[in-house]
Amino acid sequence: MVTRRKILQTAGSAALLGSLAPARVAFGAAPTENRLAVVILRGGLDGLHAVPPYGDPNYRALRPTIAVPPPGQEGGALDLNGAFGLHPALAPLQQLYAQKQLLIVQAATTGYAQRSHFDGQNVLENGTNIPYGANDGWLNRALVTLNDGDRRLGLSVGHTVPLLMRGAARVQTWAPTNLPQADDDFLTRLAYVYEEDIMLSDALREARQSQDIASGMMARGTAKGGRRGQYKQLSQAAGRLLAAPDGPRIAVFEAGGWDTHFGQINRLRQQLGELSSGLMTFKESLGPVWDQTTVIVLSEFGRTAAENGSRGTDHGVGGIALMLGGAVAGGRFVGDWPGLSQSALYEGRDVRPTTDYRSLLKTMLRDRMGLDEAFLEDKVFPGSRAAPATNGLFRSV
Amino acid sequence: MTSSDAFIAANRFGLGPRPGELAAIGKDPRGWIGEQISIVNQVPPELRNQPSSASLIRGIHEARMQGPENLKKMARKGFRKTMLTEIVARTQAQIRSPQPFRERMVLFWANHFTVSTTKGLIGPTIGAYEREAIRPHIFGRFEDMLLAATHHPTMLSYLDNNISFGPGSRVGKRRGRGLNENLAREILELHTLGVNGGYSQSDVTEFAKILTGWTHGGTRGKKSIQRLGPVHGNFEFRDIFHEPGPKTLLGKRYAENGEQEGVDALKDIARHPATAKFIAAKLARHFIADDPPADAVKALETAFRQSGGHLGQVSQKLIELDAVWNEPLPKVKTPHELVVSTLRAVAFDDIEPRLFFGIFREMGQSPFSAPSPAGWPDQAKDWMSPEALLRRVEWLRALAARLPRSLNPDTVAGQTIGPVMSARTEEMIAAAPSGEEALALLFASPEFQRR
Repeated sequence: MVTRRKILQTAGSAALLGSLAPARVAFGAAPTENRLAVVILRGGLDGLHAVPPYGDPNYRALRPTIAVPPPGQEGGALDLNGAFGLHPALAPLQQLYAQKQLLIVQAATTGYAQRSHFDGQNVLENGTNIPYGANDGWLNRALVTLNDGDRRLGLSVGHTVPLLMRGAARVQTWAPTNLPQADDDFLTRLAYVYEEDIMLSDALREARQSQDIASGMMARGTAKGGRRGQYKQLSQAAGRLLAAPDGPRIAVFEAGGWDTHFGQINRLRQQLGELSSGLMTFKESLGPVWDQTTVIVLSEFGRTAAENGSRGTDHGVGGIALMLGGAVAGGRFVGDWPGLSQSALYEGRDVRPTTDYRSLLKTMLRDRMGLDEAFLEDKVFPGSRAAPATNGLFRSV
Repeated sequence: MTSSDAFIAANRFGLGPRPGELAAIGKDPRGWIGEQISIVNQVPPELRNQPSSASLIRGIHEARMQGPENLKKMARKGFRKTMLTEIVARTQAQIRSPQPFRERMVLFWANHFTVSTTKGLIGPTIGAYEREAIRPHIFGRFEDMLLAATHHPTMLSYLDNNISFGPGSRVGKRRGRGLNENLAREILELHTLGVNGGYSQSDVTEFAKILTGWTHGGTRGKKSIQRLGPVHGNFEFRDIFHEPGPKTLLGKRYAENGEQEGVDALKDIARHPATAKFIAAKLARHFIADDPPADAVKALETAFRQSGGHLGQVSQKLIELDAVWNEPLPKVKTPHELVVSTLRAVAFDDIEPRLFFGIFREMGQSPFSAPSPAGWPDQAKDWMSPEALLRRVEWLRALAARLPRSLNPDTVAGQTIGPVMSARTEEMIAAAPSGEEALALLFASPEFQRR
């Protein structure tokens, strides 16, 4: 069946959307009932700490003071498959793994093989091989063909829209606030003042429409001070907005604090605890929609295989990806594990990357959002043919 | 008589005009800016009685020595209060300053050499760091600022150099401790050469070795207090942490020379051509446009190189660039700039602290809390999301309701955006149903949101 969306996809053009706009009424429904969430962990998540390869003989030798102990010992990893375990602060995820709803990809990273946070994050979000290789985000480019008329399927949670979500496709935004809402009459007057300023008038129009969508579901005056409260609140909001039948389908949220150059044991215990409780809150607030949901957790890179001089780790290339949700064919590891022997390490220091994030992302956008593979290659992830889409990451329906 | 040039001087170089400031800038906007470069360095009165970093670090150290429980208690009460007091004083200084170009430059360079309370017990000393390492050098030599920032205990703690040990040093060998390359990498990437400045992973590692031993008195344990004496809270070089032997950085060999190795390396990096280029581009982005013209960047780069990184001369060059004066509204204000310029516009000098911490947080720019060592971003696309704009508008609408009724919107408009006000903005301010809505529209207008 040729749907309108497929036609648009082939053309790959935002402009065409406008020209077909009069036909919108006939295509008012969202193109999919599936849900996606992309979680960006800024700072470089240590994959070897989140999902320790306790069975690798080099693991403890490389990390004499910070290795997560093997299962059974105090503070030990929660076993997954006899070789890898979960950090105990990720305990809620162990059950997801058992339910085959968590899939782990060790030694995964972006198309960037250097060690700058800011370049690494830029590549993670722009979807090319190089920093500043595109001015918009890969997820926004994917949304260009998914959005249908005024329907905004993308949701950015938080004060700013990350590069990942920036671009031609219009997205919804939501952030907690204690401020009183400005009245409509005032905003209408302001819209008139803004008419000659494209950036401000666009932003105000977007904000007012987003506000209309979100205000029905979200109460104001609930912004929390602490970071912990904020994570919970953001994931709850994202879940509730995403669960709504006429709401968005794809959410993005981000969390900082993963740059663990020192005191990694305590810091990651707290960070991973917040992450897993955020993910569980998200799952809860999605309700039954969880069954159609895929969450992918990514970071700009990993960390050195060996601990540094401060009971922490420095920037390293190979990292990790976590995929979870009712749609995921989980309960297993995917991708090659290169091991931690000196000769296996990348440049003698980092986990050698064996999976390009974009293989996972292409598969996700193809299998869960129905995007065409050629479109993904040409427009969403240009220059990534070396990282083709794969099969079997999701439950067959 | 005010002009577009006066508006640019007051907003892009200053922190937004106070009542009467545009008129005072008058016909000599370049002179008004230039004067602020040449005056003797002065700490604003609001900041003169704030504590030194050394005394704060001693306090933190004492609390630490009394055990983790006490440290936690102090962190919650004493240290947090110190930081909030600093933020209030700093914001007041920015609102009242008659030399706002100086205050802007302190902000610019403090952001360039970011330290942030997102990490550990850094927060209470950030104000002191700005006074001690940044403010004295805003119109001095870049090299001196780089040396001061890198020597400062706050920076050494923020980027973990106090816990970096040469693997071949005495402590490294005895306790099996090693390098932490955080500071070395961020100096090269963020403070000097820039990420494309031509350094490799090996340069990062070698530079980290050079910097081993750079720590501060607040890190002493009980044993070293016995041996070295009481805690002082200043920089100190610890030979027993320092990696011995020669190192090679950016193709140059540095013979073993203790602390001086790091000083020499920093001076060389400060004079590296990539540093001139990187700093020039950052200044141009802040003072000209998000995407500044290449010839303007080049001119600043040349000024930086020819003056040996003299920031007073580079700033003077900036004022002389035509590109600065072409457009009155190329940049979007950051949330911090918006808050300060609004309060300057209404001469709201006595801050009620609680009123402002919330708003800084809601707009995503709490003072002293940059999310990463890269500091706050400096382009419209980073700040002008729909949600962020709505927060600005809502805050301004709520603020306007609390301002004194004696404020005449036409007067405030004339004293702030007057020289560049569009017919549309003027019309809507005049047509507003109430004075407070007129003020809110004025502050929300494009002319006030931009600089």
